[in-house]
Amino acid sequence: MQPDSSHVLSATGIDKIFPGARALNRVDFSLHRGEVHALLGENGAGKSTLVKCLTGAYARDGGRIVLDGADIDPQSTLEAQNLGIGTVYQEVNLLANLTVAENLFLGRQPRRFGLVSARKMNRRAKALLAEYDLDIDVTAGLAAYSVAVQQVVAIARAVDLSGKVLILDEPTASLDAHEVAMLFRIVRRLRERGLGIVFITHFLEQVYEISDRITVLRNGGLVGTRATADLPRRELIAMMLGRELVQEVAGGHGARGEAGDVRFRFRGFGRKGHIQPFDLDICAGEVVGIAGLLGSGRTETAEILFGAERADSGTAQADGRALDLSSPRAAIREKFGFCPEDRKVDGIVGDLSVRENIALALQARRGWARPISRGEQDQLADRYIKALDIRTSDREKPIRLLSGGNQQKAILARWLATNPDFLILDEPTRGIDVGAHAEIIRLIESLCEKGMSLIVISSELEELVAYSSRVIVLRDRAHVAELTGSAVTTDGIVEAIAASAGRVEA
Amino acid sequence: MNQRYLPLAATIAIFLIAYAVCIAQYPNMLSTRVMGNLLTDNAFLGIAAVGMTFVILSGGIDLSIGAVIAFTGVFLAVLLQSTAIHPLAAFVLALVITTAFGALMGAIIHHLEMPPFIVTLAGMFLARGMAFVLTIDSIPIRHPFYATLKSLYYTLPGGGRITLIGGLMLLVFAAGILVAHRTRFGANVYALGGGAATAQLMGVPTGRTTILIYALSGFLAGLSGIVFSLYTSAGYSLATVGVELDAIAAVVIGGTLLTGGSGFVAGTLVGILIQGLIQTYITFDGSLSSWWTKILIGALLFAFILLQKGLIQFTGRRRRHA
Repeated sequence: MQPDSSHVLSATGIDKIFPGARALNRVDFSLHRGEVHALLGENGAGKSTLVKCLTGAYARDGGRIVLDGADIDPQSTLEAQNLGIGTVYQEVNLLANLTVAENLFLGRQPRRFGLVSARKMNRRAKALLAEYDLDIDVTAGLAAYSVAVQQVVAIARAVDLSGKVLILDEPTASLDAHEVAMLFRIVRRLRERGLGIVFITHFLEQVYEISDRITVLRNGGLVGTRATADLPRRELIAMMLGRELVQEVAGGHGARGEAGDVRFRFRGFGRKGHIQPFDLDICAGEVVGIAGLLGSGRTETAEILFGAERADSGTAQADGRALDLSSPRAAIREKFGFCPEDRKVDGIVGDLSVRENIALALQARRGWARPISRGEQDQLADRYIKALDIRTSDREKPIRLLSGGNQQKAILARWLATNPDFLILDEPTRGIDVGAHAEIIRLIESLCEKGMSLIVISSELEELVAYSSRVIVLRDRAHVAELTGSAVTTDGIVEAIAASAGRVEA
Repeated sequence: MNQRYLPLAATIAIFLIAYAVCIAQYPNMLSTRVMGNLLTDNAFLGIAAVGMTFVILSGGIDLSIGAVIAFTGVFLAVLLQSTAIHPLAAFVLALVITTAFGALMGAIIHHLEMPPFIVTLAGMFLARGMAFVLTIDSIPIRHPFYATLKSLYYTLPGGGRITLIGGLMLLVFAAGILVAHRTRFGANVYALGGGAATAQLMGVPTGRTTILIYALSGFLAGLSGIVFSLYTSAGYSLATVGVELDAIAAVVIGGTLLTGGSGFVAGTLVGILIQGLIQTYITFDGSLSSWWTKILIGALLFAFILLQKGLIQFTGRRRRHA
């Protein structure tokens, strides 16, 4: 891709490597003058990594960034800002304790005789915000205004400071429909002024409403850049979730799952504001997949099943016996296990050794009064390190030094050590390399052969298809479809998500 | 009214009410003599509290100032006793040392990412220890220049005196107000108190600002030490123990948030005057133990912390409903 004059910003071959994972793999991205360019992808696809490379928050490991025909290499967000690239984040990055005017002019206050002239500053702030149809008291504290107004103030500051490229990182996540409309009016006006605008969101309706072109990333790689008008919603979802491998892996699930009695039975299980009540039956030795876009209620489903969020309606039964799932402790006692999505935050205890991490859940279930002896721990750790092929120099190594895939396997080992009947895996293959993917999938298959019931949440559709006997599709925090048997295909899942997404718009 | 001014308004109201109560009981307290003495007696505390205001506004704390004041006093006394150096030169030297000391603490806080509490606690022990190294005795200062300085005052109608050190405190407050509200440095101090990470993203030079803040606090502690040595005409290494806590109390009673980012230098002056007023009242009464000062200041502090907590919650709720 050659930079040409219609491009205000073009990035080519951007690489970013983190220890243990390749976050960006030769990604190309270009931005025209006067366009809104949506940057899409699931969690961990590399959107924010790409943005951070563009704004200098991360140093890229390879590739070229050209702004207005000149190569740039910003080392900090401040430098990027001075070059002309401004960013507005979902969490408004302004100071709530200062006034609106002080926020707009921090670091560049108008001065008279060496002293800051508040009157001049307030007048200029007022004039600046008038361009955005915002008529507010600029001498009032920023905290007095709604998030939407703060967002506009942040945009005004970013545009005033940089003026070439504006990156909006999920600006609408906490706004209501009316506020989104106001924000979009402003974005359209900035587009007319010739700014290049990068818009990151996971609301597809908004993408179709405002963007001119769409770039989709997946697993740190570029899937493609298309004009919004030529990209049907179905195709976009397929780009985001991927289906290249459909033909190869489809059909692997048919053999199992139909047999067996229902072991776990959930009826009307839900929590207000979290996930709508759903029914769910799971047999012994069955893998049930959960699919849906980001924010559709996937993780919420897992949390409620594990008691991380207490259900406020419905019943749970195992083999006809009522289950107590009021807290994770209770769920562990009922032989439930849960590998959460963000293992760095919720899963591993980075400074503890592999052995201690593996023994953690079993110890928690036994209670602190009955410690697992060091010998037992060693034995346990060695067994799982061998069984799951966890690559570590020894079991006493701090777990944070392991690669992502091996950390994931260690967490799996933690739950397997408790010998659970019911295991929930939230994005088990996120952020680990392709080789480890296959191993985790094989592991899932062998666990279910042993009679364990599994729930697997994944945005990798081909994986879901490979191991699930049934797939439940989520949308807007509700279970909207269940695919069984031969209906479990990536096309079928994409269809189900797209159908429901269409209803959202209507 | 802009609710940012609420704590300041509350402080001023409390001062006026307290003064009115005092006058009702002891009409003599209305005289300019009492007011003049209020300024003179609290001059060293007020000057140090201006520095503390900047530190607290930025979200930090400086525990070293009491020790720095004592060190400065001892340093001046020893220097004037054992050399023929002119006091003005000694003042400059003392200020250079204390400013550098503050800047060093600021640099450690910023570059080593250490909590200000720990760094300035170390600074407190260090400064106090240095004072002891110089001498463990109380050394009188008998330089004629001191007598000259102490004889300078402006007579108010009614016989009250604005002494040199009382006037100096008012000047320092005026300069502090100007710096806090009318310079970019002042804006950066508030920005730092609002959130260091965000301030950095918005382009505030956090390192330079942090170092300058603690250097300023060190400078004012040194100046306070000079004023204290003029006030007492002596240097003693055990003097001004706990003054940093009185300064913090004055800052908080003056309406500045302990978490930083909100408050006024002018409020600190009122905070100082309230403390002085309580002390004066106890002197007038004659029968009360001086510990009542501490008890009343403690109660006031509690009241102000509750007021601030309430304000923060009120703001939070309004923001959610907006």
